[in-house]
Amino acid sequence: MHGRPRRPDKPEDAAAAEAKAAKLRDLQTQVLRNHHSRTYTKEALGLSFKLLEINPEAYTAWNYRKLAFQHNLGELSEPEAVKSAIDDELRVVEIALRQNPKSYGAWYHRKWLLNRKLAPVDFKREFGLLDKLLKVDARNFHGWNYRRFLARFMGVPEEEELKYTMDKISDNFSNYSAWHNRSILLSNLLGKQSKGFESKQKIFSEEFELVTQALFTDPSDQSGWFYHLWLLAQTSSPENPQLIASWPSDGAKLSLYLVWETDDEKNAPSSLSSICCYSLKEGIFPIVLYFNEPVKGLSSSSACLNSDLVVGKNIQWRPLSVTDSGHSNCWVTYLEVSNLEYSSLRQFLVEVSITNSDEIVSRSGSNYNCPMHFSFTFELSNADSTAQGSDPIHDLISWDCSESLPSHVNPSCIRFEQLKITSALVHEESNWHLERLSDEIELFRELPDDNSKFAKLTLARLLLACAAIKSRGTSLVERRGYCEEALGLFNDLIHLDPSHKRYYEDERSLVLMDQLTCDTEAFRKYCSVKVLPNLAPLNRVQLCKLSLTRIGFAERLLWVQMLDLGHNNLRSIEGLEALQQLVCLNLSNNQISSFIALEPLTKIISLKVLDLSSNEIGTHPIDTTRYIFPSPFSHKVEACEAFEECRKKNINVEEFWDAILFFKHANLVQLCLKGNAVANKENFRTLVVALNPSLKWLDGACIH
Amino acid sequence: MADAPQDYPTIDPTSFDVVLCGTGLPESVLAAACSAAGKTVLHVDPNPFYGSLFSSLPLPSFPSFLSSSSSDSVPSPSSTTPYAAVDLRRRSLYSEVETSGTVPEPSRRFIVDLVGPRVLYCADEAVDLLLRSGGSHHVEFKSVEGGTLLYWDGGLYTVPDSRQAIFKDTSLQLKEKNLLFRFFKLVQAHIAASAAGAEAGEGEASGKLPEEDLDLPFIEFLKKQHLSPKMRAVVLYAIAMADYDQDGADSCERLLTTKEGVKTIALYSSSIGRFANAEGAFIYPMYGHGELPQAFCRCAAVKGALYVLRMPATALLVDEEKKCYAGIRLASGQDILCQQLVLDPSYEIPSLDMTCSTPVSNSSRKVARGICIISSFVKQDLSNVLVVFPPKSLEEEQVTAVRVLQLSSNLAVCPPGMFMAYLSTPCTDTFTGKKCINKAIDVLFTTKASDDLEGHLETTSENSKEGVKPTLLWSCVYVQEITQCQGTSDTALSCPMPDENLDYRSILESTKKVQFLSILYYSCQKVGKKIWLFVEVMEPFGLFLASCQYGMISYHVHIK
Repeated sequence: MHGRPRRPDKPEDAAAAEAKAAKLRDLQTQVLRNHHSRTYTKEALGLSFKLLEINPEAYTAWNYRKLAFQHNLGELSEPEAVKSAIDDELRVVEIALRQNPKSYGAWYHRKWLLNRKLAPVDFKREFGLLDKLLKVDARNFHGWNYRRFLARFMGVPEEEELKYTMDKISDNFSNYSAWHNRSILLSNLLGKQSKGFESKQKIFSEEFELVTQALFTDPSDQSGWFYHLWLLAQTSSPENPQLIASWPSDGAKLSLYLVWETDDEKNAPSSLSSICCYSLKEGIFPIVLYFNEPVKGLSSSSACLNSDLVVGKNIQWRPLSVTDSGHSNCWVTYLEVSNLEYSSLRQFLVEVSITNSDEIVSRSGSNYNCPMHFSFTFELSNADSTAQGSDPIHDLISWDCSESLPSHVNPSCIRFEQLKITSALVHEESNWHLERLSDEIELFRELPDDNSKFAKLTLARLLLACAAIKSRGTSLVERRGYCEEALGLFNDLIHLDPSHKRYYEDERSLVLMDQLTCDTEAFRKYCSVKVLPNLAPLNRVQLCKLSLTRIGFAERLLWVQMLDLGHNNLRSIEGLEALQQLVCLNLSNNQISSFIALEPLTKIISLKVLDLSSNEIGTHPIDTTRYIFPSPFSHKVEACEAFEECRKKNINVEEFWDAILFFKHANLVQLCLKGNAVANKENFRTLVVALNPSLKWLDGACIH
Repeated sequence: MADAPQDYPTIDPTSFDVVLCGTGLPESVLAAACSAAGKTVLHVDPNPFYGSLFSSLPLPSFPSFLSSSSSDSVPSPSSTTPYAAVDLRRRSLYSEVETSGTVPEPSRRFIVDLVGPRVLYCADEAVDLLLRSGGSHHVEFKSVEGGTLLYWDGGLYTVPDSRQAIFKDTSLQLKEKNLLFRFFKLVQAHIAASAAGAEAGEGEASGKLPEEDLDLPFIEFLKKQHLSPKMRAVVLYAIAMADYDQDGADSCERLLTTKEGVKTIALYSSSIGRFANAEGAFIYPMYGHGELPQAFCRCAAVKGALYVLRMPATALLVDEEKKCYAGIRLASGQDILCQQLVLDPSYEIPSLDMTCSTPVSNSSRKVARGICIISSFVKQDLSNVLVVFPPKSLEEEQVTAVRVLQLSSNLAVCPPGMFMAYLSTPCTDTFTGKKCINKAIDVLFTTKASDDLEGHLETTSENSKEGVKPTLLWSCVYVQEITQCQGTSDTALSCPMPDENLDYRSILESTKKVQFLSILYYSCQKVGKKIWLFVEVMEPFGLFLASCQYGMISYHVHIK
């Protein structure tokens, strides 16, 4: 079945195929005629059998047989007759499977028959059939599916099925289906804590042992590597979702104001993080929770808010995500502060507690089980009612990438507590994990290098999993070593396996971002406070010229207000939506190829300044992110209204629909689109101006 | 056996194209080939059974065969032809026969091979020959399903010979697994590339091993592949079946080259899976190896060859004018004339040229053999299995590998519950050879006192728990001489004798040479006759054979 070369057809084959097609057409019309006239006689059924014998893919014929079976069943009363009717059908399926063992229709027909439970199932016969089929082709996934179906149907203990997978792997370990079934069975058994499966550590140690035997024997066989990746995922990530960051962080004392007054600088209490909160303009204040994996089910009861502020009436947590699944790493709620009295004397305490709740669940279905409580205080200052109406950014903000970090601002004034990972939950099993992973790393380092991409990728993932565990402790030197090695491996892989280049580049970007932000010492080099004339100082991070292709570790950037990502290779900015404080963003000189890719920015209310110059928007005639990427962005109901409005203004909606959708949600003051193909298009500038009433600067020029 | 004067049958006609004496495998193959080619063939054997030196005997007749084959020729002085007669002498091949223990009853149910330990590779030439000649209809095979065990560090280690076996082997380290399979893959790629290259003419050499590696001693190549000593032993002695210590620098001519090693591995791997119902690479004929010559004799008989058993040859007839042999005198006194004479290797062919060539006195190659009856298997649940003792594994001075083949009752060579074990090792002197065999016997079996001898048939299955050695019930150790086949391009040719190898490859190779000599002889007379058997290009003879039709090969002769 596998690994057989195709041979070109011979001329006589063509003639035979022609004859076969004619016969099939004839049979098919007859069967269809019977189907329409609901003729369920023996002769008619015989015709459908003839058709299926030659072509088991004729799905209508299967359905016709189902109808006929049901129809004829009504006339049968004797259990013996029913049994023989079932046997007839089963035989038809068997004959069809002989023709094509991978016929969906035939397999479904069989399952349908058994599921009707009209007669006791002869399991011996069923398993015998399966054994025969899997002997012919041990990787026939239809067979494996049917086996799972039968095992469930009959109630075969999963332990026994696990043994069966082992038998098949012993026969030939190059069997994706067997490894896959093994992973399913093990998950179930471990989940149920069946006898002998109480210890995840023990089981996984054995599985690692087993699969490495296969990997070392023949590193070029992929099936084992996939199983290893599954094991690694099971080992390296915590079973239950965890809260890893929040903004504001625990114990933060924030001083919020909207307008900066220069003479006030000295007066600002040093113990407070003074922050110019741009969302205050809308009268709201965000609280962000960041989990290690996407979760759903945050509500006012599962994550409740206590405050001396009268806010708690209707707290709504919203997922910050560009997909519609309802799952998200990042959740936000906005506190109404517009009706508060601005007074430097008044401090508000906010407590957030996430309970041990069944409501918060991860994609894999495990729930949040580490109750978490944190609190922070804030005060509002500069209650200047006149300022509320005006826009704080008047002047053009320039992004100078080469600009050295301002020495006049003491970087220490940045509050790194803000990025402290709130969850100090150390895995109780992390020692075992670390040992296990270290062992595996040692092993794969020893695997003689034959440029196996899977070996390299697996080693890189092991290193990163190890690094992730190390980050919970303090062994930063080791951690850096792991990251360096992983970076080297990804660089190798980019050359070794160019067809997956983009994937490796993305992975490399994540490692890079991790390295740059994981410890205060390293991160400090990229952080500063930007003081702008007539403007409040902004917490700035510059990550330029790093060849980043995607964003990672956004949980460490929740406090950033000014982010410079210029001169990278960013194709996606997914993850930035978590940065609810972001005011200015530089994405110039990247590879953003559509407005769809900018969707995360529509979730940031405070964003005012955006530099998109020298990207690739509009360059690619066929843009995969635009047409294939499954974004709900393009399916929004309100989109229609926006389009309608645009049509009235004579804007070409068909051409600019994604731009319309993007700007509809943005609230920008400054925008630069120079150096994008789309900017040269007719009417585009007009469109941008029309869609952004608040826009003051476009492409470096004042528009008013 | 031929004590009393017998009534020998009279043979009619008295002239044949080919007369063969002895029904060993090479003679039988030639008889089948010649009769298939339409020649008139007389095939005689002094014994009452087929097979000569290649036969399988019921155990009671075995000791007498070993001692009696040095037959005293009784010259029968009748002369019916004008030719002079030269008396034929037979030499004794077996020496130092040493038996111990008692044969369990019924002793006739033990069938003893003279050529053991020996197997066929599923893909070797002997199997092809059986298939092509139709001899396969007369023999049935079973696989040596236990594979090969290597004696290493005082234990029996299952040789990992496939990807799956390497995967399942729990004693190998991960790195060893990787290196071993990598080596197998390298060799497989070379074999595939060579096969493809042979098909499509030379040229593209991707996957092929470089020439300089092929000329390297195999052991050096294995070291280059970073194989551990144990893995080297596995490949050299248990897969490539090297006879001599490859680590010793002194025995240079016995060093296997990579080319040779790879060739055997190629045969080994193509043998695995050739037949769907065969497990492993080796098969063994039911009822013993004596079935093989019989099968070919039947093929010959079907094509018209005349068979007379219990008929010794006493003398060769010499055509004084042409200075060549013209026929044979049988024990009945009858003289048979023929174009071509082929003799069993136990006959000494006297040289006609008295001046130069002396009777055979080549460097004496010997093989020490052992035959044992044991009470249980050497390793749990393996009924037929090969065991290899690599050099130096039994003692420091051991320079040759000892091979042991354990056979069970499913091959119908012994009663159920018993096992036969054959051992052999090549040697230059009888003492060291026998010492090696005896050492291997001591390692594998216990010679327990005969207290539990009674009722052993019942109790053995319980005794044979893991770690319990099988009990040795009976054994026979002896040494067999191997003399080179001394065929000159004459009308009387001698066939090769059973050698020290595990298979028939080199015997058939020598047989081929004998056949070519006879072809050459005939072809000088009639060119264009059809003959089946070996398809091969024979550069040294300036001969090439081609165009295979229904097993018939027409040959053309070009004498350079």
